[in-house]
Amino acid sequence: MEDKKYVLEATGLCKSFSGVTVLNGAELSIASGELHALMGENGAGKSTLMKIIMGIYTKDAGQVCLNGQNVNFSSAREALDAGISMIHQELSPIPEMTVAENVYLGREGKKIKGLPFVNKKELNRKTQELLNEYELSEFIRPDMKMKDLNIAQTQMMEIIKAVSYNSTVIIMDEPTSSLSEKETNVLFSIIDNLKKKNVGIIYISHRMEEVFLLADRVSVLRDGKFIGCARVDETTPEELINMMVGRELEGGYPINTTPKGDVVLELKHFTRKGVFEDVNLKVHTGEILGLTGLVGAGRSEVMRALVGYDPLDSGEVILYGKPIKIKHPKDAVKNHIIMASEDRKTLGLILSRSIKENISVQNFEDLSSAGFINKPKEKKICCEYAEQMTTKMNGIEDVAGSLSGGNQQKVVLAKCMLSDPKVLIMDEPTRGIDVGAKAKIYNLMLEMTKLGIAIIMISSEMPEVIGMSDRVLIMAGGKITGELEGEEAKSQQTILKLALGGN
Amino acid sequence: MAKRKGKGAVLRSFALVFVIIAIIIIMSFASPVFMTSKNIINIIRQISINGIIAVGMTFVILTGGIDLSVGSVVAITSVICGYLLEQGTHWFLACLAAILISLIFGAFNGVMIAYVGFQPFIVTLATVTVGSGIALVFSDGKPFTIKNESFLAIGQGYVGSIPIPIIILLFVVAIGIIVLKTTTFGRYVFAIGGNKNAAKLSGVRTRRVELMVYVISALCASIVGLILSARISSGQPTAGDGYELDAIAATAIGGTSMSGGVGSLTGTVFGFVILGLVTNSMNLLNINSFYQQIVKGMLIILAVFLDMTSKGKKR
Repeated sequence: MEDKKYVLEATGLCKSFSGVTVLNGAELSIASGELHALMGENGAGKSTLMKIIMGIYTKDAGQVCLNGQNVNFSSAREALDAGISMIHQELSPIPEMTVAENVYLGREGKKIKGLPFVNKKELNRKTQELLNEYELSEFIRPDMKMKDLNIAQTQMMEIIKAVSYNSTVIIMDEPTSSLSEKETNVLFSIIDNLKKKNVGIIYISHRMEEVFLLADRVSVLRDGKFIGCARVDETTPEELINMMVGRELEGGYPINTTPKGDVVLELKHFTRKGVFEDVNLKVHTGEILGLTGLVGAGRSEVMRALVGYDPLDSGEVILYGKPIKIKHPKDAVKNHIIMASEDRKTLGLILSRSIKENISVQNFEDLSSAGFINKPKEKKICCEYAEQMTTKMNGIEDVAGSLSGGNQQKVVLAKCMLSDPKVLIMDEPTRGIDVGAKAKIYNLMLEMTKLGIAIIMISSEMPEVIGMSDRVLIMAGGKITGELEGEEAKSQQTILKLALGGN
Repeated sequence: MAKRKGKGAVLRSFALVFVIIAIIIIMSFASPVFMTSKNIINIIRQISINGIIAVGMTFVILTGGIDLSVGSVVAITSVICGYLLEQGTHWFLACLAAILISLIFGAFNGVMIAYVGFQPFIVTLATVTVGSGIALVFSDGKPFTIKNESFLAIGQGYVGSIPIPIIILLFVVAIGIIVLKTTTFGRYVFAIGGNKNAAKLSGVRTRRVELMVYVISALCASIVGLILSARISSGQPTAGDGYELDAIAATAIGGTSMSGGVGSLTGTVFGFVILGLVTNSMNLLNINSFYQQIVKGMLIILAVFLDMTSKGKKR
């Protein structure tokens, strides 16, 4: 009897790319005013499913029904016009244009029919109306330039754009992944508003709390197959996790049993004006130091300045009791202070080059003499390290860009390990990685501590911070607001309070 | 899905070799002169000018940059050599002086781009204009006649039966390939073109490498300046005009990505050989030089189009 209420219903969707099956009988249905969460490990086929619904990919089999009618979109534009829009994880507005211009991009009304003059006033007025309707006028104005907006505001623009098409279904792909707590709450109230106006929302997320807070129903995909759909009030996180991984998840995080040794690295009075101020920290051999805080607290910035990637106004680095100068990442590599960046695309890897070249580029000190590469040695050692990290590949000549997120991260780690790190900075080591690869990375981290490596782990994921860190430092507004150890470091409330900047 | 890169590159080389063989077969039927040793030497001689500049250009483009100033470096080298030789300077010192000044010119490009942070296109667009101006001012717009026999040998002489410019070309190409394929510097060139930020975080001195590629490009252009002056027996302030375009064309036809990070010198070699063959063929077939320009332009578009479609299939 509920069937008739579905705005959008997809059944039996199949899709394969050059022989590899990505979707195999996926299904999804959504009713008006419903929020339907979609979960699954990376590579489970969530994006492919969404892209088929949006008309970006063509399906091999199955059907998509919109308001009871069979539809077959051949472009995102057709889907948009039919009332389905998608807010992508990586937003790409045109920075020099205003909010209103971005919302009505390609649909600008003309002042005089037939002449190419845009009626800006009309655009602004219509945008303002929508902003008022969705109670967003306190956050953005139609005449603000996109480049002046933060990620949360940009998302609001995208949402306004979606509703301006009179969308009845909005797909949101991990919308909170780069939002702070406060911004997330604003997004949630927007979502409530959309639901009240009978918009159906497909919500892709990895965050269990959000799913249980927002969703009416949740569907799980695994290996391109539809595993199940449940009402949120009738299921539990454990059940969902089991559906996602298809096996019982064994208890949480591995425990670091390596005894802590001497202080390896010490930072004194690290300051970069306007970014972070008077940051002091120490890290010991065999220790995993968690560095957490909200997005924008300055965690990555401190570490990037430490390795010489970003400038530093003042501060001292002390390695094994001796002050050292780091002016360029080269100096950091020479001193075995190595950073594995969060952002594999822009900082971690050269995606157009091979695995081998990515691993060796940081390590020619040992792999070359007089500027000439020792090619047999390079090949052998890069291969060894890539395999040690259990990178799934056909060979080390594979282009790094062809690997999955988890495997790319393993290549980054192989590169870092080859540099024989004394201090390894891991910025969001498991971001965008599926559950299986996560566990593997955690175990690798423990292997590293056994070698006496000091790890500084920057992480925004509270369970990861609590589960993996021996000691936790919390930053807020560019300053260190707290240091927790032992049982204290296991309290989510304390950490959160410090991260919010209070005492 | 793994060896895609390797396969793509190999396929591309095959395609380029096929084009070269096709031109040679067609032309040997179409023109009785084509396969004569005189014509072949003539082709290679023409190729050597563009080829040497294209080697330097490939380094620059692989880092994601571009060097529009090579033509003016040729001109500056030419007039400095012409002037010094007219003053009776030893030919070797004249060459050395001209090359040194060119290197300073290239270093200026490099510093502006790598250290000051200007766009390569804009910097070299400015320096090509300035450089041509300097060459004209220095020579007062008039060519210097060169009579020094030892110097002229650079452009006109032979070792055995092989013209010296060809030997220089082979030497430059060989060094270029060795540097790109076997040295850390070569790897850094690719790394910077692929992802400059990641290269920097990995400890690559990205600015230094970027500076160096513009110096290399100027060095190559300067060598061409010497060969050209010696061949035409004069220091010409307008020598090298438009050479940047042929060099960029050769690089593009050879499959080097204009955004950097992907490509090879071997590809560029195929690129300038094809360009040389096409030019020579059209000359032999008495095709009006105006049409030649149109054909060359179409060739570039075709090459880039093929590149894009082959990449499109990979996705």
